Amino acid sequence: MADSGVVETLLQRIEKADDGVDSLNVAASLGVDHQVIVGAVKSLQALGDIISADLRSSKHWELTVEGSEIAEQGSHEARVFSSIPLEGLAQSELMVENIEDQVREKLLQVQKGNFSQLDEKEKNELKKRKLLSEVTVKSYWITKGSSFSTTITKQETELTPEMIATGSWKEKKFKPYNFEAMGVAPDCGHLHPLMKVRTQFRQIFLEMGFTEMPTNNFIESSFWNFDSLFQPQQHPARDQHDTFFLSDPALAHEFPQDYLERVKKVHSEGGFGSQGYKYDWKIEEAQKNILRTHTTAVSARMLYKLAQQKFTPVKYFSIDRVFRNETLDATHLAEFHQIEGVVADYGLTLGDLMGILHQFFTKLGITKLRFKPAYNPYTEPSMEVFSYHEGLKKWVEVGNSGVFRPEMLLPMGLPEDVSVIAWGLSLERPTMIKYGINNIRELVGHKVNLQMVYDGPICRLDS
Amino acid sequence: MPTVGIKRDLLFKALGRTYTDEEFDELCFEFGLELDEITSEKEIVSREQGDTKASDASDVILYKIDVPANRYDLLCLEGLVRGLQVFKNKLEAPRYRRISPVNGDPQKLIITKETAAVRPFAVAAVLRNITFTQERYDSFIELQEKLHQNICRKRSLVAIGTHDLDTISGPFTYTAKPPGDISFKPLNQTKEYTATELMSLYKTDSHLRHYLHIIEDKPVYPIIYDSNGIVLSMPPIINGDHSKITLQTKNVFIECTATDLTKAKIVLDMMVTMFSEYCSQPFTVEEAEVPLLASHTLSSLFYVESTEKIAQLLTRMCLLSRATGVGDEIEVEIPPTRSDVIHACDIMEDAAIAYGFNNITRTTPRAYTVANQFPLNKLTELLRQDLAAAGFTEALNFALCSEEDIADKLGKKISETRAAHISNPKTAEFQVARTTLLPGLLKTIAANRKMPLPLKLFEVSDVVLKDETKDVGARNSRRFCAVYYNKSPGFEVIHGLLDRTMQLLEVKSARGEGYHIQAADDSTFFPGRCAEIIVRGKTVGRLGVLHPDVINRFELTMPCSAMEIDIEPFL
Repeated sequence: MADSGVVETLLQRIEKADDGVDSLNVAASLGVDHQVIVGAVKSLQALGDIISADLRSSKHWELTVEGSEIAEQGSHEARVFSSIPLEGLAQSELMVENIEDQVREKLLQVQKGNFSQLDEKEKNELKKRKLLSEVTVKSYWITKGSSFSTTITKQETELTPEMIATGSWKEKKFKPYNFEAMGVAPDCGHLHPLMKVRTQFRQIFLEMGFTEMPTNNFIESSFWNFDSLFQPQQHPARDQHDTFFLSDPALAHEFPQDYLERVKKVHSEGGFGSQGYKYDWKIEEAQKNILRTHTTAVSARMLYKLAQQKFTPVKYFSIDRVFRNETLDATHLAEFHQIEGVVADYGLTLGDLMGILHQFFTKLGITKLRFKPAYNPYTEPSMEVFSYHEGLKKWVEVGNSGVFRPEMLLPMGLPEDVSVIAWGLSLERPTMIKYGINNIRELVGHKVNLQMVYDGPICRLDS
Repeated sequence: MPTVGIKRDLLFKALGRTYTDEEFDELCFEFGLELDEITSEKEIVSREQGDTKASDASDVILYKIDVPANRYDLLCLEGLVRGLQVFKNKLEAPRYRRISPVNGDPQKLIITKETAAVRPFAVAAVLRNITFTQERYDSFIELQEKLHQNICRKRSLVAIGTHDLDTISGPFTYTAKPPGDISFKPLNQTKEYTATELMSLYKTDSHLRHYLHIIEDKPVYPIIYDSNGIVLSMPPIINGDHSKITLQTKNVFIECTATDLTKAKIVLDMMVTMFSEYCSQPFTVEEAEVPLLASHTLSSLFYVESTEKIAQLLTRMCLLSRATGVGDEIEVEIPPTRSDVIHACDIMEDAAIAYGFNNITRTTPRAYTVANQFPLNKLTELLRQDLAAAGFTEALNFALCSEEDIADKLGKKISETRAAHISNPKTAEFQVARTTLLPGLLKTIAANRKMPLPLKLFEVSDVVLKDETKDVGARNSRRFCAVYYNKSPGFEVIHGLLDRTMQLLEVKSARGEGYHIQAADDSTFFPGRCAEIIVRGKTVGRLGVLHPDVINRFELTMPCSAMEIDIEPFL
């Protein structure tokens, strides 16, 4: 806060002046530094419309060091003149009886601030002689504001319990708030964006009557991950390049023995209406433990379990981690979350699969869908799901789907007329699109950008 | 899925009309293909090797088409055009025929028992009176390469050799010999090499070196001779130069050697069905007898449906079909090109594709089901919400990490952890499944050191522990871990979070039926600053101030306190 004496004096000056005062002039006449007046102006501005102050810049002239010397002691010529003794006068100078030290006079005018006494030419000449320099000065032109007053009532910053108790708030003036400024960030925790999207997908499945599968088993045997799904043992997905194998615990031990025999037979010899793959199926290959490459391994366990009871229709879902020994890039990591939906019932058709996918994707705000024939070892038919992306103006793949093969379902013991339809998609991709993230490492893993987590909005997939 | 590059103008010529890129894309989509990219050789070379190298490359427009992984019959221009033309009703589905030679006995390929040690199977066939042009020849070579890369699993399962039959004379012998005993002039070389010399010669060959490992360590190498002792090929590495095919070749002898007989038959079927189109009698293949082995069969499957329409649809997919008139029965002839058809459901899919997936009426499954949440996930979801409300921010870390992360860096021995180990990690980041959530959170802090303090993070997620009682020998364990990172250790903050968590889980602070903490020794924590968390008499986790060595090893500079508990006991 500026010195209250200066503030009051300034207000008195403004009151007397008809069309305002210049802060520089006030400073000069009060004999204080210009900055003191500037401080007073700012503190008055903060109190509301007491004054109005326009920033203006003006040019003025100042004497250089040499100029100051001349102003004090006279110009060099004059000093020469005055130093010549009377007896030493040359003939030619006899004509001059006296001199007028114009240079000094001019400089003195400038020193007093009377710049207008000199014309431009004179000023420029003195500037050339390095006696003057031009300086730009910023000052305020101060006029009365709409609520001008020479007496200042101190404004209150905040309402206090005392004011409320005594009613004194009625007489007080309150300092206006700056509504342009941001508020203070609340001290809070935040949920991770990928987990927020996971919550929404869980919600959608629950709304559609799907029961959640227990997917808390990252380590799976090749048997449940591949063989039970009728994926042949030489399939590329079972390669070291694509799948993480375990060295400890390297092998799985317990399998439902009857079922395992039926799986072996359907691979190596066929059966259940199939020719099979006709190769030498090896238990050693099925025993190999891996990090599951898809949650469909859990679906297989669940469908096997279902087949051991009297059949009732089911709808299952899961959202959990899967692992691929892949080359990593901006959109691929060695682990990601798979979203999967499965429906088992008598006589389900392709139309049912497309219908339920339509309902599912409508809940994600995606209504334009079309389906492309595709290949997947354990579904037949298989369909890739494409949606029309309004932003990209093209069809983009959003998921995969299909009808599980009889070679997968019948060895489990499911009734022949039961079909199982399923679909899957990754959780990361819709999340990256939703939150505008280009590099998956900024989303998942320790290199996450915490500021992004802090700033993330709530997740509504359909808006 | 394999990608096939096809010259656009050749394709349109073969299809008998031109398409706009959009029209062709649409056709692909309906048929189950994907027009992946429209490019040219020039563009590809320029992208991969720079503009200067590209100046000589051809700028003929190429369509890169993604083909489903099981449709080996669509891997070349011939098969693709045949499939599309039949699909568009412009061509009748060809019926492939196996014929006997006009004069004389079939060619013979005799397999000796020595091959059992290295590559036991072989099948063969002859294409008679074929006419090659440069384009057909290129496509012939390209198809072999595509088959080698896909179904042949980089030649490990099957290797194809093609020969000018007029330069060699049967019967042929497929045998295996020690590498030192094999000597011949390999394809495009000027002198003879022994097999041992060839293996070192090809060590630096950018293409062939990838196949050497298949036989390198075997005591004997596979080799095929003609009746005069001329080497046809040393599968799966290289053919002999003598029998190489040229544009003038009329009769082609094709052999496939394999470790998987079924796959060998499929590959041979593909080669002959695709190129039999250029024989003087199109779509005929002369069988070569392979004693002891059955040659390929044309199999049939029967599928019961109600209409003639289905038969028409299937015929459009190159599956010649007719209604038999017996009930809804349809007789379907499966050509040798369609090795993917092994069940009636595969035929049904083709009927659906011909009908058009997008023309099928969408319906809704009628089953009434009640949804249930998995209890552990339900608990996790509810807990996470309230942990965020308690001022902690959720992190999400990888389930895989290095041994160092879960052992050395935490001041533990890897043998003390019950970690599951991965046998084939590409980098150290994937050596083990994590046994604790703490390293992930500390790494998250290290990557976010620029953020204002304090950092308060949590994660509720699974770790993996070896467990003999499980069928796979391991199980997941759901954990809750939290860390507080600031200028002061803030043990009281983490302790307060534990108290709040117990409040949320309705566990009172008490010994016996409630929870309490008691001093414990743990090398991860600063001595005297660690306690066990005991709930209803059982230890569920620990909390404390981290040991300065641990803080240093995770490249952190501030004191840090942490807690980690198993949440499954609270179900």
